[in-house]
Amino acid sequence: MTDTAAPAVQKSGPRISGAFHRLLAFSGLIALVVAFSLASPNFMQTQNILAILQATSVNGVLAIAATLVIITGGIDLSVGTLMTFCAVIAGVILTYLGLPMPLGIAGAILAGAASGLISGTIIAKLKVPPFIATLGMMLILKGLSLVISGTRPIYFNDTPGFNQIALGSLVGQIIPAVPVPNGVMILFAVALIASFVLSKTALGRYTFALGSNEEAVRLSGVNVDRWKIGVYALAGGIVGVAGVLIASRLNSAQPALGQGYELDAIAAVVIGGTSLSGGRGTVLGTLIGALIISVLANGLRILSVAQEWQTVVTGCIIILAVYADILRRRTL
Amino acid sequence: MLNRRTLLGALSAVAMLAASNGAFAQDNYDIALISKGFQHQFWQAVKAGADKAGAEFGVTVTFEGPETETQVDRQMDMLAAALSRKPDAIGFAALDSQAASPLLQQAHDAGIPIIAFDSGVDSDIPLTTVTTDNVAAASLAADKMAELIGGEGKVAVVAHDQTSRTGIDRVDGFVNRIKEAYPKIEVVSVQYGGGDQLQSTEITKSILLANPDLKGIFGANEGSAIGVVNGKTELGSNVVVIGFDSGAAQKGFIESGAMAGAITQNPVGIGYETVKAAIGALKGETLPKIIDSGFNWYDKTNMADPAIAAVLYD
Repeated sequence: MTDTAAPAVQKSGPRISGAFHRLLAFSGLIALVVAFSLASPNFMQTQNILAILQATSVNGVLAIAATLVIITGGIDLSVGTLMTFCAVIAGVILTYLGLPMPLGIAGAILAGAASGLISGTIIAKLKVPPFIATLGMMLILKGLSLVISGTRPIYFNDTPGFNQIALGSLVGQIIPAVPVPNGVMILFAVALIASFVLSKTALGRYTFALGSNEEAVRLSGVNVDRWKIGVYALAGGIVGVAGVLIASRLNSAQPALGQGYELDAIAAVVIGGTSLSGGRGTVLGTLIGALIISVLANGLRILSVAQEWQTVVTGCIIILAVYADILRRRTL
Repeated sequence: MLNRRTLLGALSAVAMLAASNGAFAQDNYDIALISKGFQHQFWQAVKAGADKAGAEFGVTVTFEGPETETQVDRQMDMLAAALSRKPDAIGFAALDSQAASPLLQQAHDAGIPIIAFDSGVDSDIPLTTVTTDNVAAASLAADKMAELIGGEGKVAVVAHDQTSRTGIDRVDGFVNRIKEAYPKIEVVSVQYGGGDQLQSTEITKSILLANPDLKGIFGANEGSAIGVVNGKTELGSNVVVIGFDSGAAQKGFIESGAMAGAITQNPVGIGYETVKAAIGALKGETLPKIIDSGFNWYDKTNMADPAIAAVLYD
């Protein structure tokens, strides 16, 4: 993993260590679930498990988008407000313009991809560091959401069935005992697609390669800029899905919401074992990371732990998870 | 793995602590309050009132709210977790009533009584709403403003937001009262600073620079009001400032004369009455549709009165 540029070599390393870390994060998740189940009879109930999954869906999708960018060695601080922007775009298309629902969904996802394209271009072509470029985009999108919506929530009352995208349950229609909300199934679908892209496509290989040694990739004659922009655009499109999910769940586009959500997404990514320095990470790890955050929040609430302490515990978990990762790498 | 084990230990300790809470209470009702915020001093005062009622009536009260008043989905997660806990009653201040309606329906179906508080819930499900009449409170601010500036001139409003019920009601209450009762006063600007002190400071400075003959500014919540005074002080202006809510900063401004006075709600009363109404509902009492928790004008002259001092918070 020093100076070789061949993506195939780069790939095998991260995948083995990724599997190891996933195991670690997964056992952490199981430990939490067991602890909370023992502590409260109300935790391990179908309704509560579904509530946890529902609470994970938006952050999970955002975290998957963040994972792609972080593997390239970049960062995307705009995912939270971009999600809101996409929700507002859906609101404009469906409520203001009265167009059919598929157009609203497509518009939100395209708006996300377009924003990712712009972020990627600023980073790759103008050489603005990702932290700064996406910080700027975060504010631009926050402002635009407020401008476009007139700072008022846009409700989807005129689009019957819109709230079913996240809240309805196709699974429940087949198996009534486990009405897994559609939002959760969408999270899983996004995870599968992102996993596939990362492991089976050229875009995925270059995502890892960019994070491991961008200069080497560049020297081997690859159009680095184009792939990098591609990753940001894909991540933006995924954020668009999160925008549709949150809008559907709240049956409204809430223009002021979103800032701060990028940090939860990044937390899920690092708990899931993706390295902030790039070149290493998995979608499954991120999914587990997002679940750990939701299980923790939900479990502590069910135990009536004071909110101040919930925050302290969550902070400890993030540090512990990353420390465990460092320990593991040292021993390998 | 040592880390995980330590964590498990810590968690079970926390669990035991939580389980032992209120174990000696007679009725031992479990009441979950989900508020619109948490860190803000106002919400801490609501929490203090709820805790006071909890101790007084011997019931377990929990109080949670999202970090900012924009995080509608986080509030839904809190409500969902509270429902899973199967509390005896829920107190709820909705950030967005419509977004909350599926969960409220679920609570209703489970037979859990819901008491709305603060900005309330736009729904038939809550048994009662414990709240401040914000329109009336803001029109009292308008009356005081008119009195202080001699019934004529230009005034402005710096408010927190234009989406929440309190933001809308306070701006409307102030502006409409001026229009109705004081034809010689003109509201030249209504601006929104998100309740953020710094942002409200900048807004105030731009209003003052644009209107050198401005007579007064109404800051519609704690953060806005503090920002207005900061902006005024930075520019060395003598504009009359009326604030809303209390807190150490505003109380200090009123003592020093930088702020003429402010409207105080009764946040401690909101928390207390919410818990009391929840217990009433559980005991089968009939509740009025609205429980007014009240508001007061306070300035340098009456701040020390016990009745006023009791509803002010630091």
